[in-house]
Amino acid sequence: MTYNRLIFENSVPGKYAYSLPELDVPEVNLADEDVPLREDLDLPEVSEGDLIRHYLNMSLNNYSIDKGFYPLGSCTMKYNPKINENIARIPGLAKLHPYQPNSTVQGSLALLYELQEYLAEVSGMDAMSLQPAAGAHGELAGLMIIKRYHELRGDDHRNVIILPDSAHGTNPATAAMAGFKVVEVASDEEGSVDVEELKAAIDENLAGLMLTNPNTLGLFESHIEEVAQIIHDAGGLLYYDGANMNAIMGKARPGDMGFDVMHFNVHKTFSTPHGGGGPGGGPIGVKEFLKPYLPVPVLEKTDEKYILNYDYPDSIGKMKAFFGNYGIMLRAFSYISTMGSEGLRNASEMAVLNANYMMHRLKKTYNLPIEKVCKHEFVLSGIKDSPKTTTLDIAKRLLDYGFHAPTVYFPLIIPEAMMIEPTETESKATLDKFMEALEAIAKEAVESPELLAEAPHTTPVRRVDEVHAAKALILTYKDMLNEEN
Amino acid sequence: MSNLFFTEDHEWVRLEGKKVYLGISDYAQSQLGDIVYVELPEEDDEVSAGDSVGVIESVKSASDLFTPVSGIVVEVNEELEDAPELLNEDAMENWIVAIEINDESELEELMDEDEYKNFLGDEA
Amino acid sequence: MHRYIPTSSALVEEMLKDIGISSIDELFVDIPQELRFKGDLNIPGALSELELLRKTADFASKNKSTDDLTCFLGAGVYDHFVPLVIDHVISRSEFYTSYTPYQAEVAQGTLQAIFEYQSLVAELTGMEVSNASMYDGSNAAIEAAFLSLASKRKSDNILVSEGLHPEVKGVIKTYCHFRDIEVHFVPLKENGRTDYEKAAELVNDQSASIMVQNPNFYGVIEDIPAMVDFAKENKLMSIDYVDPISLGLLEAPGNQGVDIVVADGQSLGNGLNYGGPYLGIMALKKKDVRKMPGRLVGLTKDAEGDRAFVLTLQAREQHIRRFKATSNICSNQSLNMLVASIYLVALGKKGLREVALQSASKAAYLKKELIATGHFEEVYSSPLFKEFSLKYKGDVKELLKGLEEEGFLGGFNLASCGREGELLIAVTEKRTKAEMDAYVDAVRRLS
Repeated sequence: MTYNRLIFENSVPGKYAYSLPELDVPEVNLADEDVPLREDLDLPEVSEGDLIRHYLNMSLNNYSIDKGFYPLGSCTMKYNPKINENIARIPGLAKLHPYQPNSTVQGSLALLYELQEYLAEVSGMDAMSLQPAAGAHGELAGLMIIKRYHELRGDDHRNVIILPDSAHGTNPATAAMAGFKVVEVASDEEGSVDVEELKAAIDENLAGLMLTNPNTLGLFESHIEEVAQIIHDAGGLLYYDGANMNAIMGKARPGDMGFDVMHFNVHKTFSTPHGGGGPGGGPIGVKEFLKPYLPVPVLEKTDEKYILNYDYPDSIGKMKAFFGNYGIMLRAFSYISTMGSEGLRNASEMAVLNANYMMHRLKKTYNLPIEKVCKHEFVLSGIKDSPKTTTLDIAKRLLDYGFHAPTVYFPLIIPEAMMIEPTETESKATLDKFMEALEAIAKEAVESPELLAEAPHTTPVRRVDEVHAAKALILTYKDMLNEEN
Repeated sequence: MSNLFFTEDHEWVRLEGKKVYLGISDYAQSQLGDIVYVELPEEDDEVSAGDSVGVIESVKSASDLFTPVSGIVVEVNEELEDAPELLNEDAMENWIVAIEINDESELEELMDEDEYKNFLGDEA
Repeated sequence: MHRYIPTSSALVEEMLKDIGISSIDELFVDIPQELRFKGDLNIPGALSELELLRKTADFASKNKSTDDLTCFLGAGVYDHFVPLVIDHVISRSEFYTSYTPYQAEVAQGTLQAIFEYQSLVAELTGMEVSNASMYDGSNAAIEAAFLSLASKRKSDNILVSEGLHPEVKGVIKTYCHFRDIEVHFVPLKENGRTDYEKAAELVNDQSASIMVQNPNFYGVIEDIPAMVDFAKENKLMSIDYVDPISLGLLEAPGNQGVDIVVADGQSLGNGLNYGGPYLGIMALKKKDVRKMPGRLVGLTKDAEGDRAFVLTLQAREQHIRRFKATSNICSNQSLNMLVASIYLVALGKKGLREVALQSASKAAYLKKELIATGHFEEVYSSPLFKEFSLKYKGDVKELLKGLEEEGFLGGFNLASCGREGELLIAVTEKRTKAEMDAYVDAVRRLS
């Protein structure tokens, strides 16, 4: 029986799970000062044991990278080394208030500075900011920097961001949020920028181009230099979406390809845990000429002292309170330190080898839209012998085999897309087992399609009714009680 | 001449006097899948041809409803607020907004039913 | 080989053979020669666990943590006690190494946790709906402002109280600049509360919302009903930026007619972590739910009719709406959200009130004692919660430096907010009378 009781349903009046010392000063009564106070606060009442059992039982309904293979394309679900967690919990690093004097946090600033240098080295960028809280947040900071750059040159009219239609959904959303107009250009059949389309889309309002390389089909944009030239000649800047950095560490660098601004996703490339959807980290890197626009404060080193420099009059300003998701940066630092230069390159090589190994075998059973050496991920498009089978059904059936599903229905330019990214931390044996499952499913699709249509069968819950959720809109326990009455 | 027209965005408009009723075609509803929400404009809104006058939401998509005609929104189908599935059940019978138009000639740009059927044939 | 990479060279050979190539380099031929990175990245060699532990211990030794310095520093980040159960729960791999719950059938744990969080936040704030959390308080605040702008046609400006946290104001300024939105800052009155008469001079037909922090940055409890009245009169959305701990005592904003509640959830069981990760809280009324940015979880059924949870209203989000999305956010601070939930559950009905009451009582005590030294003057006499500003008769910078040497994080120097000579001091339930008395003694010695 799947555990699904709500904590509110476990509540019994009078129970509690906390302990505090007795109040050792006189108690105030804010009501005496005419402050409106609340009469009721209906939080659950449970004991400590109740609490632990509740969350433990809930956790068992989750899949996780520590449990098994998570081949989500563009998500880089690699193993999360345990030492990262230990480092992030060292009291002398963790128990710091963001407004402590700089003199009392020199150790942490030194660590962060070292991390910035590592990130600059991997990316070929000149200056970094660790402030953005996530990839999409980094994108936003980066695009604001591009806007600021044009603005301060008197080019206010440059308000168009071009991106390929294969781009991650955050790209257009970010451009709009930064106040840009978005122009999507069709990609060629390989998901790459179509140079002719690009040229046609450019006019005097061009602010910049957003790209990810390798692109969302897992293919390297071989003519990136030409694209960079075209954009720069037209007065635009190039933004690099770092989602796919795991393919090229130590092999190629965005800074060398002509990109001017970029973000990393440390929760992808540098193994910080996804935490069920966050927190992540989206540090950005820029070329020297864009450094004046970085969000403040900028972490700098002067005479063996580390400072948080707010003296950047042209800065875009603050993106987030304080200095970013520091706890996540500690983990990224830990990861890069344990990998080293050789380890990072090896990670990218193995990630690419694993992807090609899988692609080579799976293309026999599944449609492979583009037959070409891939980088860290590749995209399939349906079962060869059962063209009507939907990717959704395949994905749900994979859950029965004990695997997480790949990314599905993305990129949008491939019908029934299934995007597989194995990462370097999976063994050949795991990849083989996963492929056997996909092959078995392809067979089932022909012989007993109902197995797929009704999948999953063995998970904590069966296929979930999303339509009912969207129509009923039961978003809280109170909504649920109202619905029942 | 029929008073029913179609757009390339798979919407239909039905002219009644100075008013047109705007809805989505059966093909559109089948492509969207289960419709879970319809965002309606406000009455008295002034709209121009090409404006978005609403959003039709399914679980996996949200599509703008574009008006092919200019005018003033005079009525919205409030029934859809509680029962968006009506569009799935009968897209042609359930209009979404009614617009009082200024310029009937805008309708000339649109397809009649036969033309739309051909258009669908071409798309498929 | 590396301890995180399980493929031996023999297996590499086997895999290459299978693909039909002879070397790894052949997998990178699509990178143009001139773009290939040659040589080694300038990153030190792979450290063993022992080496890294030594190295990070060395970094830590160059810090002074709140284990070394008794914390009277607040200013938006508070040293509340973190119940020990929290770290036990969030250390479960099932929670911290799972991805966003896109495959609902194998993510019921995370989805139920979000549903419970939404329910807890709704209860705490008195609102109807909460999202699954955002990056932090500052980002929840700007997203709320954008929501108000999207809700009012032809709006082009917002009103923000000067009493808002300076970092939050900073973020609002950044985002609004790039969207050509004007931000009118509403000054505070003599009593430290937002001045709605001044606000009335600033507001116009194109204003979308007014945002007030409660208690405000300087520690003063604001008059929220007055904000709500002002908002209604001027057809604005009212946005209340709260300290969630204060809601253990203070009236729920939802009961006061507020349209949107935002907050930083750090104080709900999240450690200090030098500024992050924390979580941003956003709660509002159900009628506005489709405009709300961020993830949402709904209760539904599975194919057998059993209770199940799933991400819902995803059509608002960036991966479907692309440039028309409500926001570009595509994550939540899931693990911090889980922390906040466990915190609220652990403390429960009685505990949160207790934490709030103890904090308020201790703040009142310390304020009284400090004024009694004769070295401080009250800045505002208005009611306060757990934080207060005082005017120091000496040099604030010198005082803070001296306090640090005596083992205290003495407070926040308000000179950075243009208030030379003022000090902002926070007290949580964690501070003992003995610590406060020691702090007061130190102040006497240093003054």
